[in-house]
Amino acid sequence: MQGPLIDTLARQGVTRRTFLKYCATLASMMALPPSAGRAMAEAMAAARRPSVIWLPFQECTGCTESITRSHSPTLEGMIFDMISLDYQVTIMAAAGHQAEEALRNAMLENDGKYLLVVDGSIPMGDPGYGTHGGHSFVDHLQQAAKGAAAIIAVGTCASYGGIPKANPNPTGAVSVSDIIKDKPIVNIPGCPPIPVVMTGVLAHYLTFGSLPELDAKGRPKAFFGETIHDRCYRRPFYDQGKFAKTFDDEGARRGWCLFELGCKGPVTYNACATVKWNGGTSWPVESGHGCLGCSEPDFWDAGGFYKALSVPADPLKLAAAAAVVGAGAGVAVSFANRAKKGAAKKAHQPITLADLEK
Amino acid sequence: MTTAQRVVVDPITRIEGHLRIEAETDADGKITSAYSAGTMVRGIEIILRGRDPRDAWAFAQRICGVCTLVHGIASVRSVEDALHRAIPSYSIPANAELIRNLMIAAQFVHDHVMHFYHLHALDWVDVVSALKADPKATSALAQSISGYSKSSPGYFADAQKKVKTFVEQGQLGIFANAYWGHPAYKLPPEANLMAVAHYLDALAWQRDVVKLHAIFGGKNPHPNFVVGGVPSAISVQSGTGSGKGPYHRGGQDATALNMVGLQTVANVIKQMREFVDQVYVPDTLAIAGFYKDWAGRGEGLGNFLSFGDLPAKGFWDPDSYLIPRGIILNRDLSTIHPIDLDADNEIQEYVSHSWYTYSEGDAQGLHPFRGETELNYTGPKPPYEHLDVAQKYSWLKSPRWKGHAMEVGPLARVLMMVAKGDKQAKELVDLTLKTLDVPVDALYSTLGRTAARTLETKILADAMQGWFDQLLANIKAGDVRTFNDQYWDPSTWPKHMQGVGLMEAPRGGLSHWIVIDDARISNYQAVVPSTWNAGPRDANGQPGAYEAALQDNHVMHDPKQPIEILRTIHSFDPCIACAVHVTDPDGEELVQVKIK
Repeated sequence: MQGPLIDTLARQGVTRRTFLKYCATLASMMALPPSAGRAMAEAMAAARRPSVIWLPFQECTGCTESITRSHSPTLEGMIFDMISLDYQVTIMAAAGHQAEEALRNAMLENDGKYLLVVDGSIPMGDPGYGTHGGHSFVDHLQQAAKGAAAIIAVGTCASYGGIPKANPNPTGAVSVSDIIKDKPIVNIPGCPPIPVVMTGVLAHYLTFGSLPELDAKGRPKAFFGETIHDRCYRRPFYDQGKFAKTFDDEGARRGWCLFELGCKGPVTYNACATVKWNGGTSWPVESGHGCLGCSEPDFWDAGGFYKALSVPADPLKLAAAAAVVGAGAGVAVSFANRAKKGAAKKAHQPITLADLEK
Repeated sequence: MTTAQRVVVDPITRIEGHLRIEAETDADGKITSAYSAGTMVRGIEIILRGRDPRDAWAFAQRICGVCTLVHGIASVRSVEDALHRAIPSYSIPANAELIRNLMIAAQFVHDHVMHFYHLHALDWVDVVSALKADPKATSALAQSISGYSKSSPGYFADAQKKVKTFVEQGQLGIFANAYWGHPAYKLPPEANLMAVAHYLDALAWQRDVVKLHAIFGGKNPHPNFVVGGVPSAISVQSGTGSGKGPYHRGGQDATALNMVGLQTVANVIKQMREFVDQVYVPDTLAIAGFYKDWAGRGEGLGNFLSFGDLPAKGFWDPDSYLIPRGIILNRDLSTIHPIDLDADNEIQEYVSHSWYTYSEGDAQGLHPFRGETELNYTGPKPPYEHLDVAQKYSWLKSPRWKGHAMEVGPLARVLMMVAKGDKQAKELVDLTLKTLDVPVDALYSTLGRTAARTLETKILADAMQGWFDQLLANIKAGDVRTFNDQYWDPSTWPKHMQGVGLMEAPRGGLSHWIVIDDARISNYQAVVPSTWNAGPRDANGQPGAYEAALQDNHVMHDPKQPIEILRTIHSFDPCIACAVHVTDPDGEELVQVKIK
């Protein structure tokens, strides 16, 4: 395997082996077959970096901040070696007319090929609720979507409407997929999403030119196939009926289950319990707070963060209770996904460096 | 050379959120008047109405993902203040205050460093010029100003090669179409290369130091909080339970706040202090030395407000705060005016030039406890060329103190510390003025604001060690309390309560005002730093801080290239999602549109 990227990396002191290892880890994390790691490495070593355009709407910049926390690959690694981030208002040097010109140029030069990343919901109540360069958000989105090869909706706001859509939805906020119907869209929910989930989907797209397999809510199955509860390190306490009753009682200090303090782990599909946050440092449950359910649609209106789900451990009743709190639409589908993912895992061979170097 | 014209910069990039600046220039390119407009609204405070006050922090925190913890902390403090006002014995454990102080200070240090290198630096640093630098000379320059270990010729040669390869590939990405080569850039190539290398270095550093938030709050961005303390139970005693494996036993290592977690926190504090002392402070001084003309413009108002923060003896003892509370008027540091939070005529918000309507007329100001807002977009129909600045032109309101427009943020805080006689602040300010060889007046400027941000970062990074040592001492002495569960249950609350959660956010004084009836939120108002700074004119035509600063001595070399505007606006570190807030006391349902 050769190419400008490998040469560049070599000059920067990144060995071919390190690079291959990164691709292998990513492929493995996404439950892809061994050959995928090599394909990824080759695709990312391609000569021209694919154009990525990032548009912000009703957002808090938390999703952008989150991607700057990505440890592997790093944001700067992606910008220098994998993608051409042609428009991203939080970090780009140009402003005003120069910024808008950069956007137009990127859209023209990469027409039909660029990847559009969106964070934030889109207000439909009045075009004046959100403007950018004097244009309404919905207009901006529709224009940019036309020439996009695919759209990645990052964060719960772009994916499902998020906090602006929370009751009573004062601005008439909607998601990207509520507006754009003729493009492939992948949702990467989370408030914010885990960085590696964002970079993983980007890497998948760069490799295969397509989006990864999605569940019924448009999420990549590889990261959203199981609940937090399924993979929680405190799960044994749940099964033993040992629950923390307050945030600093003996149970809390011993890491007992946070179910009674309102943890939404049983009805939340995300990878926090396995991937963890900030380079594997911790994640919400490990730091003593129940899961808010932030990757589920309408989690803001799911009945209160400290209200315990009224559910026993029985999966069927769990699904019913999930529906009660409003976060469970599609739970049955997700159970099916889990079975599928399980099968994929069984068939899944571990990827070694030797495989990649074949 | 040019004619009078209206300059529009939209979007202002390298900020949080959606900000538009319109400025009028005279025939010499000098800005005669400037208008600041927030162009996005979500209505989070409408959304908060009727909810459990204990849940409010999570909603409020999503006001902003950059200063990611500040609205969470201000929110839990507002509920705790309501409880404390109703039940004076109510407080939160000392460990919780210490952990919050550590998290707040970590946010400042992280946010200010990222602002300097990733949001502000490209106004002063020419990336393309860095390609012409001699790595050896750059190394000599770096070593002359700091003992930072990454300063070899090879280190700078690598950074230069990285940028060179990138530029040669012809895809400039986030560096495309910018102002490289503009005569406003004054740094020699070596200083540019040093700054570019530190831009990359700071990106790597910031990823590591947010681990402090991950230990205490589970993740960053958007770490978790809880009314009554902090959610992270301390888990350093040995387990005594039954079962197999360490987690099954519980006890030691059961939560992230164990010995390993504490060690991580200790390391982060060390990393923060090293980077601030060895990179951020010397870089600020070195770069500022080439831009002393920017000490002569961009003052703005000369009025400063600080709510104060970082208590030594708890939130309800403002005299124990590291950052003092008070008001400075017209640069007069000899008098610190007190703030009466509950006085109806002190803190008020105006909507004369904001897209809202007040029930009793838009000319009056309203105290946040009886604040009201109704969305009323009357601006031009998009797409538009210009806003009608004689009418309403922003989603930001205009907060005032006793009718005065105020600047909040690092400059306000550093001045407040100096005015109160803080020794370290005074020494740092004196050292900076001496190093740059500029008079005291230089503080009241674009450059002064940027320098103040650096100085306060050092003060806070240094203070972190003390809070951490105190936390360890408490744990050693057997005090592992982190949460007050008394009055956790809303059924134990008085029927009616109200409180205000104050804090200093990286961008300035922040206040969340909550009114609680029958354990539900009946009114929620966030009066935030960028509303003070970025708000539009008020009923009397007084400009906000951004507007006033741009009207102070800015001549645009080329009105098509708004680098002068960017420098001064970025010196405030705008956070516009924070600044736009909406409440609706009548709970009136607004328009909802469903897309089929």
